[in-house]
Amino acid sequence: MIPCLDVADGRVVKGTRFVDLEDAGDPAELAARYARAGADEIVYLDISAAADRRGTLLDLVERTARQTFVPLTVGGGVRSPAEMKAVLRAGADRVAVNTAAVVDPALITRCARRFGRQCVVVSIDARSSAGSPRRWDVVIRGGRDTTGLDAVDWARRAVHLGAGEILLTSIDRDGTRTGFDIPLLRAVTAAVDVPVVASGGAGGPGDMVEAIVEGGADAVLAASIFHRETHSIASVKQALAAAGVPVRSVPAAP
Amino acid sequence: MTRVALIDYGAGNMVSITHALERVGADVRVATRAGDLVGADAIAVPGVGASGPAMRRLRRLGLARAIPAAVSDGALYLGICLGMQLLFERSEEDGADGLALLGGIVRKIPAAPRLPHVGWNELEHVGVHPVLEGVPERAACYFVHSYSAEPADRSAVVAVTEHGGRFPSVIASGRLVGVQFHPERSGAEGLRILANAVRLAARG
Repeated sequence: MIPCLDVADGRVVKGTRFVDLEDAGDPAELAARYARAGADEIVYLDISAAADRRGTLLDLVERTARQTFVPLTVGGGVRSPAEMKAVLRAGADRVAVNTAAVVDPALITRCARRFGRQCVVVSIDARSSAGSPRRWDVVIRGGRDTTGLDAVDWARRAVHLGAGEILLTSIDRDGTRTGFDIPLLRAVTAAVDVPVVASGGAGGPGDMVEAIVEGGADAVLAASIFHRETHSIASVKQALAAAGVPVRSVPAAP
Repeated sequence: MTRVALIDYGAGNMVSITHALERVGADVRVATRAGDLVGADAIAVPGVGASGPAMRRLRRLGLARAIPAAVSDGALYLGICLGMQLLFERSEEDGADGLALLGGIVRKIPAAPRLPHVGWNELEHVGVHPVLEGVPERAACYFVHSYSAEPADRSAVVAVTEHGGRFPSVIASGRLVGVQFHPERSGAEGLRILANAVRLAARG
């Protein structure tokens, strides 16, 4: 169970289909709260456009590592092994690459060789292809540009190049709380042998169960349902456990 | 306050380990040379990656000798992930020699369904040791590794974890403690294990 915090200029924001952003608080504070509540990992996706975002993001990662003792994955704007190193040194465990990997696929291999494939997450934003119900296009730059890549092919290739994990977001479902895109998940989880994290569309515990049981996802990511406290991490974990999905129980803090 | 020398040899997430040790009350000093170990109650050896480069760096910094010397003077060795593997004589990974504070070798996890083994997995207690005090049976911790230790003396194994086969996830022998997972990334249970290690390190 992975809460995702979209951050821009050091704040949490959450929009629907990558637009209509609204401020949802301090990321480090939210991350620590989620970790104590039983989150198995925290994901930050930096969507800010500001030129000085690197410094702000590194500062945020470091502040988070001080108080959050579960794995932290950070994505957004990393274009080189040197930038990845800076994010890892600040306290992240993994780095997600998206647009930069599409533009320069060899980046995946360079980062995997240097830091180990378990550090390299390839984040794929997929949108259902017009006129073709079982095909999805890879989109980049926050869903603004299409790439001509098929999402399933790209996932397979990314793993071949060294990705240790795929973070798969359905742009059609993102922020809609209408459930994950199960056919998309199935297609990708059948194509790759690394963990796939389902993202985009979580509306409630039933959706999470479906993503894992039907979609074959190894973990589920959600943002708005947790930020708005529509559902607690504990209630989602209870639903997963009741459906026979192994979940980590949440111990009390020492 | 228990003083922990945290070995920095350019491999591993120093930020998270520092903060986690501080959270459980340790006075953490980053150590990059032999002199930094003077007066330390515990020596925390983190690390990710392969044994060969790690040992080369430890030798170059004079730490490959200074660490065993400090342990024989009574400091507690806390090995985390690769730091646990370095306790042993040799790794199959690149044929590298370890610190050889314990007999045994490091091998690729046998019969693993997927490598590296990344994620939360459970500890099965097979021994009783104060480092696991207050940690319930089947507590989940966070792992990232492909190799695991095979101690010659099985009585040093305190907990095992299953990933295909079973491998030692917590070992303890005298002043040597090793954990194959990342306690600094294992939530409340990880902090409890670090707190136990820091308590064990305190010299009466």
